Amino acid sequence: MGQYLSGTLELLGYDFVQTALIAAAVLGLVAGVLGPLIVTRNMAFSVHGTSELAFTGGAAALLAGFNIGYGSLVGAIAAAVVLGLLTRKTSEHDSVIGAVLSFGLGLGVLLLSFYGGNSTNKFGLLIGQIVGVDSTSLVLLTSSAIAVLVVLAVIYRPLLFASVDGEVAAARGVPIRLLSPVFAVLVGVVTALGVQTVGSLLVLSLMITPAAAACRVTASPLLATVLSVVFAEVAVLGGIVLSLEPGKPVSAFVTALSFLIYLVCRAVGAVRQRRIGSRRPSAVAVA
Amino acid sequence: MTSKTVLAAPARRREAALRLRSARLSYGERVLWDGLDLDIRPGEFLAVLGPNGSGKTSLMRVLLGQQQLSSGSAEVVGHPAGKANHRIGYIPQQRALDSQLVLRGRDLVGLGLDGHRWGLGLRGRAERRRRVDRVLAEVGATEYADQPVGLLSGGEQQRLRVAQALVGDPELLLCDEPLLSLDLANQRVVSELIDARRRSAGTAVLFVTHEINPVLPLVDRVLYLVDGRFQIGSPDEVMTSENLTRLYRTPVDVLRVRGQIVVVGAQNSAHHLPEGS
Repeated sequence: MGQYLSGTLELLGYDFVQTALIAAAVLGLVAGVLGPLIVTRNMAFSVHGTSELAFTGGAAALLAGFNIGYGSLVGAIAAAVVLGLLTRKTSEHDSVIGAVLSFGLGLGVLLLSFYGGNSTNKFGLLIGQIVGVDSTSLVLLTSSAIAVLVVLAVIYRPLLFASVDGEVAAARGVPIRLLSPVFAVLVGVVTALGVQTVGSLLVLSLMITPAAAACRVTASPLLATVLSVVFAEVAVLGGIVLSLEPGKPVSAFVTALSFLIYLVCRAVGAVRQRRIGSRRPSAVAVA
Repeated sequence: MTSKTVLAAPARRREAALRLRSARLSYGERVLWDGLDLDIRPGEFLAVLGPNGSGKTSLMRVLLGQQQLSSGSAEVVGHPAGKANHRIGYIPQQRALDSQLVLRGRDLVGLGLDGHRWGLGLRGRAERRRRVDRVLAEVGATEYADQPVGLLSGGEQQRLRVAQALVGDPELLLCDEPLLSLDLANQRVVSELIDARRRSAGTAVLFVTHEINPVLPLVDRVLYLVDGRFQIGSPDEVMTSENLTRLYRTPVDVLRVRGQIVVVGAQNSAHHLPEGS
């Protein structure tokens, strides 16, 4: 235990570890802020699909010798636009994502097979390589995150209205058809950022799990957002710190932490629902 | 109609809250209505009746700017339909909200006040809270305003819907079958809340319904739509055997039983059937 602590503390002193933590904190913030809206809009599978296509873009960039970050950003935004264009009818949503993401994943695997370089880079696209984040990537990450938060701040109220109460929002003049693709692009950007850190396969653990946990314990959209950010930060920062000394993949710790938070919140949520139910027996019987 | 204090909205110009001129809506060969002229005065309660597929919902969509007229014009609060939706309060059909929805009653109402505005709305939060609290009290929903909306009963959710529509002090209330699937007690509560507001604040009400009886005492005029034909007038003028026989082109009897109106013989009569679309 003492050795674990001293080893961890020593590693925390390294520049690359500190860069990784800053990158993770930025990612946790944006993922946490977007999460409750993603959960409310039932977009978990869409995030998964987008992350596969961020992987495809990253693989293409790796092969072409560009920064993987730009590649995955382009891939994810392209995916968001494609999914947004193809899914006019909600009933089609899941099948379209399934069709597009499997093709994208296959293409990414093919691209990687042509890549003769360092195999760590290949693996990193899938399970993350946050400890490999350099200062260029950090600048891209931070500026993308700021852009996402600014856009979100502008559209937040109409987007929330459209997400929780679409019919009335449309009646009040909220441009629902415009907001969906804009939000999809925001999700695409953050997904691409996540692909670089926890990897495309585990991006859900930062964008969905903390928000899903938060949504179990509160019905206030504001509090859910705050909790979602806190949970995402705990998972991603805690996961990185815990992974340092053992030298095992970051993503294993991040996903484990976020899943643990999720389980605790489900338990708390069950108690909370029963408490509300016992105060309001008639209401719950109808609901 | 209700003992609750209803606070007056700002004084309004006495122009028509809604104005349709020679309005025609058709899908290909099929004409839903044509030559429809309609003004609704501030404070007037107009019920829109008719069987399924007669264009009641389409009329609502036209007034919200979600559907273009085939010809004619539609003005709402002095603007072309769709240009001033923030001055309209909209009450949808009661349908159960997701029990897991991350939204409290007061959030639902608050979105009715400023959910259409860009930005975070950090300024004016105290004023926002005051207005939301006031309207919650007005509809008697204060007690459960902080509960998740998905865990509330249908009647409670629909009171919040009324609050959501009223909180922005609308000049026109568009109600799309707001009483559907509510029990009688809640039907009365919801319709009386709507009635109280139009009397105190001069809000015009367009109330789409398949069942006139719950709102019969409140209705000033009826717009009855059947297969491209329509008639506008007071309930006593419109709801007669002769008129409905003409509109339906089949023998229809309108009976008055204990202050209620019973329509017998109308094909596809929506008076006893829930609206399908």
